[in-house]
Amino acid sequence: MNELIFLIVFPTIIAFILLLLSNNRMRHAIVACSALVISAASIYLLATSYARGAVYYTVPFEPTSLVMFAIEMGIALLLLWLGIRFKQYIAIILVLIQSALMLFYEFTMGMGMEPVRNLFFDQFSIIMAMIIGIIGSLIAVYAVSYMQTYHDHHPEVRDRRRFFFFVTFIFLAAMFGLVFSNNLVWVFFFWEITTLASFLLIGYAESEEATKNAFLALKMNLLGGIAFAAAIIYLASADPAGGLLELDALIASGQAVALVPAVLISFAGLTKAAQMPFSGWLVGAMVAPTPVSALLHSSTMVKAGVYIIVRFAPVLAGSLAGASIGFVGAVTFLVASGIAISQSNAKKVLAYSTIANLGLIVACAGVGTYKLIWAAIFLIIFHAIAKSLLFLCVGTVEHRTGSRDIEDMDGLIVRMPRLAVMMFVGIAGMFLAPFGMLISKWAAIEGFIDAPFGLLFITILAFGSAMTVFFWAKWMGKIIAVTPYGENVEGTVSREKWAVLSILTALTVLAALFFPLISSGLVEPYLLGVFGETARLAQDNVIIMVLMISLLLILPLSFPFYAKEEKRMPAYMGGRPVTADLRFAGSAGIERTMTTRNYYFTEYFGEGKLLRYANPICILLILLAGAIAAGAVL
Amino acid sequence: MTSIIAAIAYLVLAPLVGGLISGIDRKITARMQGRVGPPILQPFYDVAKLFEKEDVTVTPSQNTFILSYLVFMALTGALFFAGEDLLLVIFAFTLAHVFIVLGAYAAFSPYSYIGAERELISLMAYEPMIILTAVGFYLVTGSFYVGDIAASQAPAILYLPGVFVGFLTILTIKLRKSPFDISTSHHAHQELVKGLTTEFSGATLGKIEIAHWYETVVLLGIVYLFFGFNPLLALVAIAVTYVLEIFIDNTFSRMKWQTTLKSGWGAAAILGFLNLVVLYYFYLGV
Amino acid sequence: MAYLKKSPWLLHYDASSCNGCDIEVLACLTPLYDVERFGIINTGNPKHADVFVITGGINEMNRQVVKNIYAQIPDPKVVVAVGVCATSGGVFRECYNIAGGVDQVIPVDVYVPGCAARPESIIDGIVTALGILEEKRTKMKEQEGSA
Repeated sequence: MNELIFLIVFPTIIAFILLLLSNNRMRHAIVACSALVISAASIYLLATSYARGAVYYTVPFEPTSLVMFAIEMGIALLLLWLGIRFKQYIAIILVLIQSALMLFYEFTMGMGMEPVRNLFFDQFSIIMAMIIGIIGSLIAVYAVSYMQTYHDHHPEVRDRRRFFFFVTFIFLAAMFGLVFSNNLVWVFFFWEITTLASFLLIGYAESEEATKNAFLALKMNLLGGIAFAAAIIYLASADPAGGLLELDALIASGQAVALVPAVLISFAGLTKAAQMPFSGWLVGAMVAPTPVSALLHSSTMVKAGVYIIVRFAPVLAGSLAGASIGFVGAVTFLVASGIAISQSNAKKVLAYSTIANLGLIVACAGVGTYKLIWAAIFLIIFHAIAKSLLFLCVGTVEHRTGSRDIEDMDGLIVRMPRLAVMMFVGIAGMFLAPFGMLISKWAAIEGFIDAPFGLLFITILAFGSAMTVFFWAKWMGKIIAVTPYGENVEGTVSREKWAVLSILTALTVLAALFFPLISSGLVEPYLLGVFGETARLAQDNVIIMVLMISLLLILPLSFPFYAKEEKRMPAYMGGRPVTADLRFAGSAGIERTMTTRNYYFTEYFGEGKLLRYANPICILLILLAGAIAAGAVL
Repeated sequence: MTSIIAAIAYLVLAPLVGGLISGIDRKITARMQGRVGPPILQPFYDVAKLFEKEDVTVTPSQNTFILSYLVFMALTGALFFAGEDLLLVIFAFTLAHVFIVLGAYAAFSPYSYIGAERELISLMAYEPMIILTAVGFYLVTGSFYVGDIAASQAPAILYLPGVFVGFLTILTIKLRKSPFDISTSHHAHQELVKGLTTEFSGATLGKIEIAHWYETVVLLGIVYLFFGFNPLLALVAIAVTYVLEIFIDNTFSRMKWQTTLKSGWGAAAILGFLNLVVLYYFYLGV
Repeated sequence: MAYLKKSPWLLHYDASSCNGCDIEVLACLTPLYDVERFGIINTGNPKHADVFVITGGINEMNRQVVKNIYAQIPDPKVVVAVGVCATSGGVFRECYNIAGGVDQVIPVDVYVPGCAARPESIIDGIVTALGILEEKRTKMKEQEGSA
């Protein structure tokens, strides 16, 4: 139990130290050391506990809950104050509703509650803890160096780095708390902390746009928070002793009891995981400094949303409400993949790709068979690694070249060769065999085929994947295009950044190589524990995957050979005399430059165009799930 | 053991078969146009010549990408003929294609760049249908493994007529036949120069040709699966299918990329999906 | 083995022809002459070509273009100048903007005269060029061997 409490408390302590510390050098050292400690602690948890199955710890419910309640009310007051200050009246109303619900719960029901098994871990929690502990703290290390450059480039932004790292580490602590809590009231507490933390981080720049988008995120997540609070009240009134507030008891209690709270909490999960129609906040969140995006997209925040839905998958499985939540995910996957085609802002492409992949996870979890949960958990793992790598790569490119537009990434391989290779690996990790995401998609297809509405899901998946290939491959093409001009600007990238990027690149490849171990050591035991049966990849397929990865590692070795042997010749330009930077005399003697542009198909896949259809569909599906749940109550 | 032999046989024989098919293709095409046409073995002469030529490249990474393309295309076919999981075959197939596209991007040439973009469009166009084809085989035979599908006695074609027609549509895209030869072409469509393959020459271009032969054999192998219950019929079907493809090639002119995308997706969404829905809910009673 | 002779791919470039010779070159592809019988393909791309067929004389605008295209054809390669303008400048020889025949800028291996050159003589010229192509390949091989 101590390791769980340590993982929650230690980042909190570090957060407060960082809040008080204004020395940059000291901050560097403390962030690096505590990142090391947090990673080590989560690895220690894995090493000592992976074979122990689900373990529950008795922690006294009071007075911890009272402290949490007090903090929650403090947060509510803070949000009210900010809401009034920025005239965000909808946010104020949402905060008031949520606080009223929690006050109601605390004073009419909370008193008599004594849930005992308040902390726990199982293999799924360990996986999440590894993601938070390793990837989250790597991002924190990167952020130290990034924020330095960020403030050099943006003198207009007030330097609030102490506050930034304070919130970052609180965020990590809250994520640990979220995945280790077995008491829903505690889960909710940490849930609200992540909402607040992301709100504060998105608004970091304090510009008008940042504030607006931060409040957008807040409003959408508060909506989910209200649903979560409603679920708690429902459970408290269903079982005044508070036994149902324990996550494991609730999930084991079956659909008759648990479906309503499962739907409510899944709705909260949908808002947090930025599923349509709530996708707007995650897209807006890209105004924040890049490490924040990396954090939100890979190891925290959105992963909390899908985590809770995957947790409730056994309840949702087989129900119509679960299927409609699954369809929200599927539609989101399809539409977000389409929109990603039409975007040229790299961070926006990454944002929509995150939304799409979360949609796929939600689709798997909503349908909820054991095969699909296998796929969903692997999607969470692989997505976290590759997406954090990609965000940090884009952040580095933006600082070096001054643009995060994919159209400006021509010849990145010439200007930033090491970084381009890392970005290449990250993108390959997102959509190509034999890397992780593809293994998961494959498992998802094989899982959906035996599931209700399977055919519809598979068709959506097939179209979505096709679009995924398109937008990733064209980006890949941009960065590997070898331009005859351009000079290396990599030199000034700091050592810390390189270290973080290299580790993440290695993790992308290693995770694909060792995923059978992750599967047999963690995911399969978890599935056996929850479903009584498990999925796994057939032995020969594993061998083929390993063979493919080995080939991918060997084939680049041919490059030095070709580089030595071949005769070079410039690209064909219709025979025109062309200068080294690809300028030539066009018709009527006007000088032109050869440039290349990708297809974006805005007229087919434009953001507004697709969202106009997708949002209403998703709202209808959510209402359907709600109606089914409400029907169950009546 | 048999699967390993089959894979090795494919690696050795597929280029021969694929090249021969390509030669017959050119001969029939010539006859359809009232010409005598080249010798049947002409594709082999062409590739042998390419290996005799000087190796020139814009940037050496191109060659690495093309080598990867060839290796993964061969691997795709080897997996297919070893009877492995059809979905895995499809993913390896996509991987191979992404490599040739990347090779074209790497050169940073206006013509190969637009060829690469268009090849990606056709990749996007055929992907849904090919996955639905695999799903169709699963619904009929209960397995994703090519070995099981080929051995199944169920007359897949009778259950999957829509899927078959849909597959023919994307076969046209995959074989880069008119009206879908948007990225590169064997014919003299010169507005793209040679599109995708513009910046490849000599042995590298030869490798692309060989990979294309490997590819043709895999695609026709999938046609075989529709008729796997009767191998003789299957061979006839493959022949008829291919002649049909040549006929389509010679009847249509090249169309815009929108047509490719709409045809590929339309085939998947209408022919493929409806066929599978009927199968799923009415025959199999899931 | 000399596969080069069995599969000559050619690139056709119109320097400043009146299109008379161009039409005759294209006529070679028609069913009547069908040069694909000999494996000849008209590629639009110098990087795939073995035989460079030029019609028309060289003028100041295309001098550099012809040089560039010639440079982009991988070895071994041959140049066939088709029509009297390509061989010597023809009736335009004395024009202020004409440099003369193709051999003013790049080495020409076969001259096919005529105004316009007839398809038969074009095919004959290309077949002659194939012999030269083969010689060049042997020479290239020898050089590689000695290098």
